[in-house]
Amino acid sequence: MVPPSEDEGTSRRNFYVVAIYGFWAAISAALGLPALVYLLFPPKAKKVDEWIEIGDIGRLALNSPVEMTFRRTRVDGWKVISEKSTAWVVKGAGDQVTAFGPQCTHLGCAYHWEESKGHFLCPCHTSLFASDGKVVAGPAPRPLDRYQTRLNGNRLLLGKLESPEKKS
Amino acid sequence: MRRRFRGVNEWVEHRTGIQSAVRQFLYEEIPASSGWHQVFGSVAMFLFMVQAFTGALLAFNYAPTPGDAYNSLRYILTELTGGRLMRGLHHWGASMIVVVVVLHMLQVFLYGAYKKPREATWMVGVVLLLLTLAYGLTGYLLPWDNRAYWGTVVTTQIAAQAPVLGPYLLRLLGGEGEIGVVTFARFYGLHVLLLPPATIFLMVLHIFLVRKHGVAPLPGDEAQPKKKFYPQQVFKDTVAIFIAFAILFMMAVAVRVPLEQLADPTDTSYIPRPEWYFLFLFQMLKLFSGPLEVVGSVVLPGLAVLLLILVPFIDRGQMVKVTRRGVALAFVLLAAIGWGGLTAAAVRSTPKETLAAAVDFSGPTDWMQLSPEEMVGIAYFRKENCVSCHAMGGHASAEGPDLTKASIHKDAAWMIQHFKRPSAMRPGTSMPPIQLTDAQLNSLAAFLLKLNEKNATALDNAPDFAVQGALLYQTNRCGGCHLVNGGGMRIGPPLNGLSKRQSRGWVEAHFADPAKMVPGSIMPPYKLAPKDLENLTSYLFALPD
Ligand code: FES
Repeated sequence: MVPPSEDEGTSRRNFYVVAIYGFWAAISAALGLPALVYLLFPPKAKKVDEWIEIGDIGRLALNSPVEMTFRRTRVDGWKVISEKSTAWVVKGAGDQVTAFGPQCTHLGCAYHWEESKGHFLCPCHTSLFASDGKVVAGPAPRPLDRYQTRLNGNRLLLGKLESPEKKS
Repeated sequence: MRRRFRGVNEWVEHRTGIQSAVRQFLYEEIPASSGWHQVFGSVAMFLFMVQAFTGALLAFNYAPTPGDAYNSLRYILTELTGGRLMRGLHHWGASMIVVVVVLHMLQVFLYGAYKKPREATWMVGVVLLLLTLAYGLTGYLLPWDNRAYWGTVVTTQIAAQAPVLGPYLLRLLGGEGEIGVVTFARFYGLHVLLLPPATIFLMVLHIFLVRKHGVAPLPGDEAQPKKKFYPQQVFKDTVAIFIAFAILFMMAVAVRVPLEQLADPTDTSYIPRPEWYFLFLFQMLKLFSGPLEVVGSVVLPGLAVLLLILVPFIDRGQMVKVTRRGVALAFVLLAAIGWGGLTAAAVRSTPKETLAAAVDFSGPTDWMQLSPEEMVGIAYFRKENCVSCHAMGGHASAEGPDLTKASIHKDAAWMIQHFKRPSAMRPGTSMPPIQLTDAQLNSLAAFLLKLNEKNATALDNAPDFAVQGALLYQTNRCGGCHLVNGGGMRIGPPLNGLSKRQSRGWVEAHFADPAKMVPGSIMPPYKLAPKDLENLTSYLFALPD
């Protein structure tokens, strides 16, 4: 092979440049695409919907929200953990029961029921929610999230947490 | 548009000087003789970057503590898309970087490129080689499987043999007493926090020195006109990098990196093996015994490193053609023969069992393959505390015979008779009779017949929930209708792969009232205590698919 010199003509030089970019593009793609898949694809989780019994609601007063705590197991990465969780449970007329997720729909603070005023108050940016979860005031963009509920006699079972708007 | 682009370019150039720096770097003059033989340095640097990249990605899903490391790695391998590829790249990349670094040094050595004024470049390079090996040593522990654990036990004990410094080294590595959380934290810290910046610093220094003295020319080259680094030599480097990457990628895809069983400090039968590039040291160690051991473990390797560092001062002659460097060539050949011979001897002496025992635990483990009946045997095996008199592999001095030795197992009928009246079957034995029902003894015999040296620890480690679950499975006669691991009946659906079909809540509700969940089901309801329900469901969910 004759050593190429400066004035050798541009075609050979162009070939080098194109090849350099081509090879590096291929390498970047072969590393980058699997990396994105690895980071963005959800893990192959097994279990989905589960019903958890959280307690007796027989003695709850009508339209007066109560915070109920319960334990549930959750797949957390490589672990299955058992953790404490809460729900605000409201008994309505008839057999109607609603259970709200414990986080404010604005930025996720914990809210609580103000018995004297008759609404839920989030202390972070003072969002107010009615006992049916609707936004009364404040920056919260949507009503409180609800758990799916099911009754087994007087025992309340909770399913997935979902936003009432998405359910439609 | 174009004008604006030029404007931005000029602005950046004026403020940072990046463009001219890059240009200066690329249009560096190199000797006319430069070519393919000089690509290895670039390849090594590229592989280092691949390691950093894949290492960071692994760290995103990895918990660096003995309690979690194994599980999180298993999670990466089995739950995450592309996780196996990332680990494959990182694992094989580590081997490859050693190969390429050694090739790079061989080239420099054979050409005599370390000669004045490039002595410092060479010495920095030797330190980089040592750092590369240090990554290998510290990274070896991180999967926290048996291989990792026992390999590190040996490593730290060797470090402890170093004259004078030994005990301090051992303390630094946290290797006093048992290898545990402290050692793990130190190794991980070294691997990801200390070694990378040190490597980057030395690599920059190395390249700076290469640039300062220029790429080493061949003798007689000085007279020829120089050429530019870009694009011809960059092209050659890129091609070499691409080939190396293609090989690495193929290995990562095609060659499965096994994950052994969880580190087990009580596993006395485990024979640790180092990574392949350390096998020669491992073998050399065997040549020295007793008080001389330290010669093989510390003194000789230490001298070799010293010699390597001093190469430029030992060989101080003028640069000559490669073909005239007979002594250097002879030296390389000798080293290659020594390395190859020792490695081959080590490979040949690797016992067959350890290879066969290298079960890939990122898939289902041994106990998951047992039939429920055999699993129940584990329960009685534990209840009767058989291990108080019997060994389970290894050389524990036990009263009774080693139960993993297949030779002592006759058939089930013989064993059951033996359990009931040991002295009738083996006169003079001191084994007491076992007070269990026939069915229970049957399970025990079934389990013992399955037991061998290879699966003993794995079976011994079968989690309690699974054993209890299997016990419930047997006492409720689930096998009368269902199939598990190929045993049982097909009246109901087979239970392997249940976890893929149903949620836990569904299964538990189904036990209570099958007809409600599956209309028309003929399965009777089972009222199980909550703990039992949990164990049974967990056991069924752990069955292989
Ligand atoms: S988080 Fe509740 S109001 Fe902002």
